[in-house]
Amino acid sequence: MKNVLELFVSFLKIGALMFGSGYTMLPLLLREVVERRAWITEDELMDAYALSQCVPGVIAVNTAAFVGQKRGGWGGAAAAVLGVIAAPVVAILLVATVLMQFWNSPTMVSIFNGVRVAVAAVITNAVIQLVRSNVKNWLGIALCAAGFVIIALLHLSPVFVVLLAIIVGFVLWGVRR
Amino acid sequence: MTYLLLFWEFFQTGLFAVGGGYSTLPFLQKIMERYPAWFGSLQLADIAAIAEATPGPVGVNAATFAGYSAAGMPGAILATFALVLPSFILVSLLARALEKHRQNLLVDSLFSTLRPAVTGLIAAAAWSVIQAALLKGTLAGGLIQAFEWKNVALFAVLLGLLFVPKVKKLHPVFFFLAGGIAGWLMGIFI
Repeated sequence: MKNVLELFVSFLKIGALMFGSGYTMLPLLLREVVERRAWITEDELMDAYALSQCVPGVIAVNTAAFVGQKRGGWGGAAAAVLGVIAAPVVAILLVATVLMQFWNSPTMVSIFNGVRVAVAAVITNAVIQLVRSNVKNWLGIALCAAGFVIIALLHLSPVFVVLLAIIVGFVLWGVRR
Repeated sequence: MTYLLLFWEFFQTGLFAVGGGYSTLPFLQKIMERYPAWFGSLQLADIAAIAEATPGPVGVNAATFAGYSAAGMPGAILATFALVLPSFILVSLLARALEKHRQNLLVDSLFSTLRPAVTGLIAAAAWSVIQAALLKGTLAGGLIQAFEWKNVALFAVLLGLLFVPKVKKLHPVFFFLAGGIAGWLMGIFI
């Protein structure tokens, strides 16, 4: 029980302090889960993190479930997942209940016009980083382009991109074997 | 019925959105196209901005926010729960199984094709956010009329700053803050 409670508290802190994508979670995880609690090693954390990026779902939630499961079984996984989403849910509810009331005022429209541009810039930068680390060969370029075309030009569901990658992954496995 | 649909849509998102963070956005975009009533006048970029500016993973933030817009407090809880449920089950099972098959060639092959494909998927989501931020008309209506040029200028400045060594280490929140202030000033003076 103490174990489960500790998992909840640790991931509550991580969820409250991380912003944006799962990438911002890594330094927090290192400090809390590896150095402070010594639940898993740094290598194990990197494995969990890599896996979390490749399976469906939000990276932070995946990583929480992975560490929780490893440390405390199903109860541990549940505690870690609930911990990591608790603060974000409360924060969003506060924003939604307060902000929604003056959403359409001219000042808010101007501010959000600017914020929207900033989000576009930050996402563009993130995509550049992602392409650099994830697209390494011709197959990667082809798959990346296919993913872009399927969504941006053909307007199909992202499910098709994932399925395509899985099929190609099986073919690649057949070739390499 | 709304609750059931909310659960189903976000469960699917949790089940298929590979790559975390912004990979939820294309799914959210699809949901917005299918159920415009859930979101009122909100755009995808608004939800992305709010998600980025509040603590927690973007995907969870987006689900909570969309659930709240669609069906109030219960909707917020339900959408968030539906989003994380597949992760909880899948990752738990995987964490147990992977201990045994760490060096497996199939696992490695699947990961190596998923990563670039998902990158393309995220790039497409980014493209739609860029369009929403920089265009005021369609590209077919003439190139000069299509762009909101003050936004293009702000975009160029911010993106440039993201490549300056010390500045790029700043938390994204500072860039949103800067964008918000710039937008507010542009609203007053331009």
